[in-house]
Amino acid sequence: MDIHEYQAKKILSNFGVTIPRGGIVYSPENAENKAREIGGSRWVVKAQIHSGARGKAGGIIVCNTPLEVAQATDKLLGKKLVTNQTGPEGKIVNRIYIEEATDIEKELYLGLVFDRSSESIMVVASTEGGMSVEEISKEKPETIIRSKIEVAVGMQNFQARELAFGLGIEPDLIRRASDTIIGCYKAFSELDATMVEVNPLVISKQKQILALDCKMSFDNNAMFRRSQVSELRDKTQEDSKEIFASDRGLNYVSLDGNIGNIINGAGLAMASMDMIKLAGGAPANFLDVGGGATPEKIVKAFKLVTMDEKVKVILVNIFAGINRCDWVAEGIVDALKKIEIKVPLVIRLAGTNVEKGNKILKESKINYIEANTLEDAANKAVAALNK
Amino acid sequence: MTVLVDKNSKIIIQGFTGKMGSFHADEMIKYGSNVVGGVTPGKGGSKHLDLPVFNTVKDAVNETGADASILFVPPAFAADSAMEAADAGIKICVAIVDGIPSHDMIRIKRYMRRYTKSSKMTLVGPNCAGIISPGKSMLGIMPGHIYKEGRIGIISRSGTLGYEAAQQLKNLNIGVSTSVGIGGDPINGSSFRDIIEKFETDDETDAILMIGEIGGPQEVAAGEFAKENMKKPVIAYIAGLTAPKGRVMGHAGAIVSAYGESAIEKVEILKECGITISKNPSVMGDTVKSVLEKM
Repeated sequence: MDIHEYQAKKILSNFGVTIPRGGIVYSPENAENKAREIGGSRWVVKAQIHSGARGKAGGIIVCNTPLEVAQATDKLLGKKLVTNQTGPEGKIVNRIYIEEATDIEKELYLGLVFDRSSESIMVVASTEGGMSVEEISKEKPETIIRSKIEVAVGMQNFQARELAFGLGIEPDLIRRASDTIIGCYKAFSELDATMVEVNPLVISKQKQILALDCKMSFDNNAMFRRSQVSELRDKTQEDSKEIFASDRGLNYVSLDGNIGNIINGAGLAMASMDMIKLAGGAPANFLDVGGGATPEKIVKAFKLVTMDEKVKVILVNIFAGINRCDWVAEGIVDALKKIEIKVPLVIRLAGTNVEKGNKILKESKINYIEANTLEDAANKAVAALNK
Repeated sequence: MTVLVDKNSKIIIQGFTGKMGSFHADEMIKYGSNVVGGVTPGKGGSKHLDLPVFNTVKDAVNETGADASILFVPPAFAADSAMEAADAGIKICVAIVDGIPSHDMIRIKRYMRRYTKSSKMTLVGPNCAGIISPGKSMLGIMPGHIYKEGRIGIISRSGTLGYEAAQQLKNLNIGVSTSVGIGGDPINGSSFRDIIEKFETDDETDAILMIGEIGGPQEVAAGEFAKENMKKPVIAYIAGLTAPKGRVMGHAGAIVSAYGESAIEKVEILKECGITISKNPSVMGDTVKSVLEKM
């Protein structure tokens, strides 16, 4: 789960990280007052969307008067911002964060992620703040310093100090920099985060160390014990079909193609998408109804896939185990009584009681194309598309 | 020997009296697995499916001599149950459950560092289908009948894609020595490398089929291990050629976040390690067959 910049900053400030003064507004009317309330003589108006690279997309505007702040807010609110991370459809701006402008002396990069090789938390830092971590590793890899943290004992002061010295921070500020790094680590480990990225972390001309921009993601599996984090979810930043899916226990990812998929198991779903591509088609979605593929989930899956106007063919691929094909077939027949399908439907069943399952489908008079193997299913789906 | 489980494995079910635990315990018993009892705290002393229920794993081990366990407890309590199994002297534990927080998985693995290599429990999963040694024992939730007895070792992240492979092999009259589902989570109990190493020394296995996917370093780590240390042939398929970067594809661990984690990059690296690649998921069986014919 992702959260907004202003939410992430609030969290970090609770862990002792300094952030510039700022406030959130939902309308231009409030923006002017908010700017006065924050004080100072320059402000930054920042569109809050779940994406980085907002500056290049025009989502960050520097203003010199409260009136300009209101105008910038008016310009951004309700707009769809397209960045290199949002996809072509972009993300809607419903919240604006207004912040006092910072006199930047130096921009640094600080990121924390799970390191899957060592199964520990990895802190990554670089003197090249402001660039994405991908750009830094491509263009200035020599500036990257890393520290692996043993989660059982947590981050130690010396580890934070080493990073701070490694970033070339002047001696008077080392203590403050270490506290900042440890604050970020604590936020990560105590809130079940999967990623914390402060980019840039800046040293201001007034010698403050500030988190100027911040991204945080959290482990969905841990939200049952992090109610304060889970209530930060902003559904307006998510694909409506993906929300529909997650509310119903389906794993769904919207893609660009036109062959809709209904599959049980994440691995089999990815494999089926690969087969579609090899057959010359393109998947409209990834959809895993779960290994069990219960009839209820299949009904929900059909609803979801038929919501997508891009879909020109639907491919169902179920490998039934403990759930038998006859049971799955009944689920499909039942779903098709409730939902009208206007595009060709290819169904491949495999596993337990496959003959019985196929017999039920045939006798049900539903209009479909039967397939036997993964390859057969993909070929028939692509062929149906071209008819 | 058989990798991880065999006819003599004495199995207990953690979360025995719940709906999932009861259903799959029954399936395992029907398959012929030697299930000796189960654990549900608070229900110790009672009987379930004609088998004894214990309050703690220690009690179960003391009374039955159990050495294998399978977890059907909810994700919030799974880490605790896995550590309890390790502490009670269980040798192999399968966590079926999907949804254990990553921080909990790290905690389990750190906890297990207290044991020496010889006394350390092998944890398989979470978010997996479990283990089956066809004809001998099933410590999992797979449909046992799709596995033919034989000499191919299967390791798969995905459950249903592992079934797909077993079925393709069966259709070609090729059997399986043991199939291990290591699960789709970013941090798991046993990696591809951990299991591949066990297959290398298993005299009932001739070749290994490894079914990986996008995300994480484990397929590459297994490939590098195979290159340096293995004599038996390894065949691999990597799912997710069409998966977009930065998106989680169903499995929490199936996300490309660094170089070497996409399907194409993994395939290239594995090829360099001398591993035979099944070019698509429809020919996993055929690829194994062609490798066996060359042996």
